Amino acid sequence: MLTAENLPRPPYKTYHEWYASQDAAHLIRKTQDAENIFRKTGITFAVYGHADSSEKLIPFDIIPRIISAREWRKLAQGIEQRVLALNAFLDDIYHKQEIIKAGRIPRALIERNVTFLPEMIGFKPPGGVYTHIVGTDIVRTGEDQFYVLEDNARTPSGVSYMLENRETMMQMFPELFTMNKVQRVEDYPRLLRQSLASLAPPGCKGRPRVAVLTPGIFNSAYYEHSFLADQMGVELVEGGDLRVIDGRVKMRTTRGYEAIDVLYRRVDDDYLDPMTFRADSALGIPGIMDVYRAGNITIANAPGTGICDDKAIYSYMPEIVEFYTGRKALLENVPTWRCSEPDSLRYVLEHIEELVIKEVHGSGGYGMLVGPTASKKERIEFAEKLAAKPANYIAQPTLALSTVPIFVNKGIAPRHVDLRPYVLVSDKVKIIPGGLTRVALKQGSLVVNSSQGGGTKDTWVLED
Amino acid sequence: MLGRTANGLYWMFRYIERAENIARLVDAGLRVSLTRAGSSDEDWHGVLESAGVREAYSQVHAELTAADAIDYLLRDQANPSSVMSCIEFGRNNARMVRTALTRETWEATNECWIDLKARLSRKLKQTDLPELIDVIKHRCGLIRGAFHGSMLRNDLYNFSRIGTFIERADNTSRILDVKYYVLLPAISQVGSKLDNYQWESILRSVSAHRSYGWVYDGEYQSANIADFLILKVQMPRSLAYCYEKIVSNLGYLGETYGEQVKAHETAAAIHSTLKRGSISDIMDHGLHEFLEDFVSRNNQLSAEITEGYRFYQ
Repeated sequence: MLTAENLPRPPYKTYHEWYASQDAAHLIRKTQDAENIFRKTGITFAVYGHADSSEKLIPFDIIPRIISAREWRKLAQGIEQRVLALNAFLDDIYHKQEIIKAGRIPRALIERNVTFLPEMIGFKPPGGVYTHIVGTDIVRTGEDQFYVLEDNARTPSGVSYMLENRETMMQMFPELFTMNKVQRVEDYPRLLRQSLASLAPPGCKGRPRVAVLTPGIFNSAYYEHSFLADQMGVELVEGGDLRVIDGRVKMRTTRGYEAIDVLYRRVDDDYLDPMTFRADSALGIPGIMDVYRAGNITIANAPGTGICDDKAIYSYMPEIVEFYTGRKALLENVPTWRCSEPDSLRYVLEHIEELVIKEVHGSGGYGMLVGPTASKKERIEFAEKLAAKPANYIAQPTLALSTVPIFVNKGIAPRHVDLRPYVLVSDKVKIIPGGLTRVALKQGSLVVNSSQGGGTKDTWVLED
Repeated sequence: MLGRTANGLYWMFRYIERAENIARLVDAGLRVSLTRAGSSDEDWHGVLESAGVREAYSQVHAELTAADAIDYLLRDQANPSSVMSCIEFGRNNARMVRTALTRETWEATNECWIDLKARLSRKLKQTDLPELIDVIKHRCGLIRGAFHGSMLRNDLYNFSRIGTFIERADNTSRILDVKYYVLLPAISQVGSKLDNYQWESILRSVSAHRSYGWVYDGEYQSANIADFLILKVQMPRSLAYCYEKIVSNLGYLGETYGEQVKAHETAAAIHSTLKRGSISDIMDHGLHEFLEDFVSRNNQLSAEITEGYRFYQ
C-alpha cells in the first residue's frame, strides 16, 4: 500500500485516508462480522484428511487489494495472449502437433504425460474452444512487474470467493464503494452462462440447456459448485442424475429424462466417464465421451486440458506463446529448472535452500518444498525424493514478492499474496476485472493455498 | 426439476419436522415426570416408543433411565431419529438442494445446524433442558417461516410441503397408537386422575393441550381427543389436516405436470377415509387397527411419490 517514502501508492490513496479515520476496535468488530457472514452463508471448504474439520472457513481480510486501471490493462493483455496461446497449443497437440515437429517441445513430454488424453486426438470441441474457464495465477514483484506462477486450465476454482468477498465488502463498508470507483465483478455468473451457452453443440436448437456437474456435497469445492449453478440459474447435477439415452446426455427430472447441451463439469477427467477412463468412478456418466465425440454435448473445460496445468509444460510457456502468437510473451514465467535435465538437477540439489521445488502434477500447495523455510531434515528428505525421480519435479527461485497490507489486531502488517484473475473464453476472451487474491497469513510465508492456512481478500481494479 | 432435488427437499423437510416432533415428545415426557407424583423412569418407555426408537435404545442402553433416554432422543448420533441426527440429515439434504432454496431458507437451516451442533455437543444438564427444547422449536420455526415467506409456490414448494405432512401424519399416528389403549372407553375410567395425565401427555406431545380446551370446552374425553388428533381438520397436526395439505400439493403437481401418478389415487383414498369417517366408527372398528393401517398406507404413499416423481431412478 505504501511506497518506499511511506506514502500511499496512488491506487490506495483514497482508501488510506479512509483507513486513517477508522477506529481500530470498529475494524476488529467488522472482521468478526465478516466471519459471521461467511459462516452463516455456509461459504466453507473441506480439507481432506482432517477428521473433525469437514467444513472450514477461509480467513477473510478486510483490507482490499487495489490495482490501478493502467496496471490492470497491461496485465489483462498479457493474460489474453497467454490464454489464446493455451487454446492454440491444445488444438495443436491433439491435431497436427506442429510444435513437436518444430522441435520446440519434446514429444515424450506431451505423449507420455498422464494428463494427455489420446481420446481427444483428432477431435475438435464445439467452437474450437478447449479452455472455457481459465484461472491464471499471477504474482507481482514491483510496479508493472508481473509473473505467471501457474496456469489453471482444467477446473480453476475460487471464483465464488471473488464474488462473495466483494459482496461481503459491499455489505460491511458501503461508503468505500462510493469513494472509490471499483470495476464490477458481479457479472461473472451471467457472463459465464452466456459464454457456455454460446458454445453449445451446433445441432442444439432453441435455448441451450446448461448444467453444472459436481462430485457432490462432500467435495471440497461443493459450495462453489452450488453457488455457481444457483447464480447462473442452471441445474446442479451429479453423475447419478445423468444417463446416456439415445445418443444424448440426459438428466432425470421429476417429469422424466431431459437432454443437456452444455455441461460445466467440476469433476476431473479421470472420473468423467467410467467406460473410457477410471472404471471405478461413481462420479461420472458412462458413455458421455461417446456423446461428446459425436458432437452432441459440450463439456467445459474440454477433457485433456489438464496438460496445461502440468508444471513441466509450464516451463515451456514462453516458447508456446511465441510459437502460436508470433510475439514474445507479455507476461513472464518465473524462471524454472526442469529437474529432468541433469545440469538443472545438479543446480537444484546444490541450491535447495534457496528454491521452491514442486511436483509437476501437484496442486493445492501439496508435495512441494519451500527451501528457505524448510528444516534441514525436510530438505534432506526432499532431496532424496527428487534424486530418485527427477522428472517429477521442477524448481523455481523464491521471488521478492511485493506485499500487501492485511488487518491484524495491532493494525496493519505486510503479507505476501498472489492473484488469480478469471478468464472466460468463447469466440472472444473476457477477463473479469479483479480476481481472487490469496494471502499467506503467516508472517514471511509464501504459501497462499487455503488448504495450507492461506486467506483471501477482495481485489479492486479501479476505473480510470 | 431434478428427481434428486425433489428427493432432497422432501427429506429435508421430513427431517426438520421430525426434529421438532422429537423435541415435543421430550417436552411432554419432562412435563409428565415433573407433575406426576410417583413418576418413574419407566414413563420414558412410552416416549421412546412414540419416537419409534424403543428397540434401538435397548440395544445401546441396558437400563431405562430418564437421563439416558433424553440423551438418546436429543443428541445421540447413533440414533438416526435423534434431534441432532435429524438436523444433520436435514441440513445435508439442504446443502444438496441448495440451488432450490432461497437464501433465507438455507441460512435459517444452516444457522439451526450451527447452533444446535454447539448446544448438543456436550452432555446435557437437566436445568438446560427447557431452554434447549425451546431453542429447537424456535430454530425449526425459523426455517419454516423463512420457507413460507420466501419460496416460490412451484413444484419445489409442493415437494417440501408433502415431506412435512407425510412426516407429521406419521408422527401423530404413532403417538396415538402408543397410547391408544388409554383412549378406549371400555378400559379408561372417565375423569380418573391417571387418564387425565395420560391424555394431557398425548395432547402436549402435539402441542395441543391449549387448543383442545378451546375446541372441546376443556373437558378431557377420550373420544374427543382421538377426534381432535385424527379427524379435526382445524387442528394442524391432525391426520385430516395433513392429508388436506398432501392432497392439495399433489394436486398442484398433477396440474403443473399434466400427469397423474399412482400417489394421487392413494392420497385421495386416505383423504376420503378421514373426511367421511366418524370417530365412533373408528373406535368401533378398533382404534389400534385403524392407526396401524394408517401408518402403513402413509408409508405406501411415500413410496409411490418416490417412484412416481423419480427420486432415485
